[in-house]
Amino acid sequence: MPLLEVNNLKTYFHTRNGIVRAVDGVSFSVEKGKTIGIVGESGSGKSVSCYSLLGLLPMPPGRIESGEAIFDKYTDLLSCGEKVLRTVRGKRIGMIFQDPMTSLNPYMRIADQIIEPLRLHMGMDKGSALKKAIHALDEVGIPEPDNRITMYPHEFSGGMRQRVMIAMALITNPEILIADEPTTALDVTIQKQILDLIKKRQKELGTAVIFITHDLAVISEICEDVNIMYAGRIIERASATELFANPRHAYTRSLLKSIPANQTKGEKLYTIPGLPPDTSQIISGCAFRERNQIGDQSKCLTDSRPEFKEIEPNHWAQDCPGCLS
Amino acid sequence: MPFLEIKNIKTHFQKKRGGFFSRTLDTVKAVDGVSIAIEKGEILGLVGESGCGKSTLSRTIMQLIPPTQGEVILENENLTNLDAEQVRQRRLDFQMIFQDPYASLNPRMTVWSTLKEALSTRHGNLNHKELERAVITLMERVGLDHKFMRKYPHEFSGGQRQRIAIARALAPEPKLIIADEPVSALDVSIQSQILNLLKDLVNDLGLTMLFISHDLSVVRYIADRIAVMYYGKIVEIGETESLMEHPQHQYTKALLESVPKILSTD
Repeated sequence: MPLLEVNNLKTYFHTRNGIVRAVDGVSFSVEKGKTIGIVGESGSGKSVSCYSLLGLLPMPPGRIESGEAIFDKYTDLLSCGEKVLRTVRGKRIGMIFQDPMTSLNPYMRIADQIIEPLRLHMGMDKGSALKKAIHALDEVGIPEPDNRITMYPHEFSGGMRQRVMIAMALITNPEILIADEPTTALDVTIQKQILDLIKKRQKELGTAVIFITHDLAVISEICEDVNIMYAGRIIERASATELFANPRHAYTRSLLKSIPANQTKGEKLYTIPGLPPDTSQIISGCAFRERNQIGDQSKCLTDSRPEFKEIEPNHWAQDCPGCLS
Repeated sequence: MPFLEIKNIKTHFQKKRGGFFSRTLDTVKAVDGVSIAIEKGEILGLVGESGCGKSTLSRTIMQLIPPTQGEVILENENLTNLDAEQVRQRRLDFQMIFQDPYASLNPRMTVWSTLKEALSTRHGNLNHKELERAVITLMERVGLDHKFMRKYPHEFSGGQRQRIAIARALAPEPKLIIADEPVSALDVSIQSQILNLLKDLVNDLGLTMLFISHDLSVVRYIADRIAVMYYGKIVEIGETESLMEHPQHQYTKALLESVPKILSTD
């Protein structure tokens, strides 16, 4: 039994310009202690699917149309209601966001922010919470933690702030950590430190990690299983080694081909023509058909959405003949 | 004779420290003795972490921040000696493209008025017809449909917005373009489109470019030479491939090691 099982999640936004199908039938599961990655371009629905799980979407305009997310056998996160969700969010499921400057409160000292989950969820008194918080900062590699903890977020550098966020998200020993582009705003050297830190803490605490990013290289370094999202759906899923060695779907292949690192110098970079489809329009057939150059566009489905199937053992992809050829 | 020569540039900032009575001034050496020469038609990549001074260096070259010491020589003319008005005239020859096209375009100006303004800095006496023709040419040059001329920045996607920013930089017919992290805010698939465009422009229009980025794989792809900056100094400079294959300086090695790689087998 997986720790978290998401089935057929659909999150739509009801806007003045029509219904935007941001997440359109996404299923995935997270095993204890494992790391799964969700990759996609901006607007593909990767963040929205995770925000839906924790009830962090503004509703309206957002609405969860269907689906279930079974956490720890019994709790359906989508239907359990705010009261139950509050006992899960920040305690059993932690979250790190992309930009540590906007996700930390600039008016509060680090100390007050970091002990908040301990006071709320664990009912600890201020003294022992503070002690634990200092210890947590020490574990994520912040020098002089007892001194730094009294400072404000602006006195920390970007990498340091992200460390604080990680310490805060992990302080309640959550079973799942959702990391939404945690290193996108950081330098390469700092990015490596943060990735190593997440890996290390995960090993120590046995936390499962859902890692959301658009950076394929980062995914390949940190994740065991990778989900590729496109236009609100998962189009391919496999273990990281399998996916990068043997990508099947045309979109995955195009993405890998357009990375500058994979290209010989002097040659033109491969680009995927066109733009991702407008999810406020109903997509009939294969969503990638218009942009499919690598596969066989003429064979792409036009009348029905391709089914998500296990095409090889443990390698799932949308079964569209045009995209797989 | 190099096209652009920077000689021993130092840009220091004064930072206040201490209480009201015990106030002292600290000097932050953002750029601390940098010398670079760029040949005409060359793309020089400048890499380094945030805070290493690469953006301050680019702004010093643009004469947006006066250097504390040193000279910026563009085509045999020392820019640091010019007065404000002359700098404004010369600045038409060097333009900048910024990281965030959301922030660098005026949200209240349509593409038409943005480009019109940029065009008339060089050609002040164009009439409406000529301006319109020039705007259309520019938009097509950067791969935008001229039908979108009357639209506002928020109606475009990130990649398209970066194209508008590039068109605006091209409008005064510059010779040198400083691109400060031009693709960092974009998705992988869009990133490659913009990189192709920049490379085409450099080849077709004979531009010279200073390409600033922290992404080594991007710089490796686009740059002819790479300069590595660390704490306000250039620690290593060399041909792209030799620098990537045989980094000499400890910091360059560390930087190369921390780049995540796709563990693919083919």
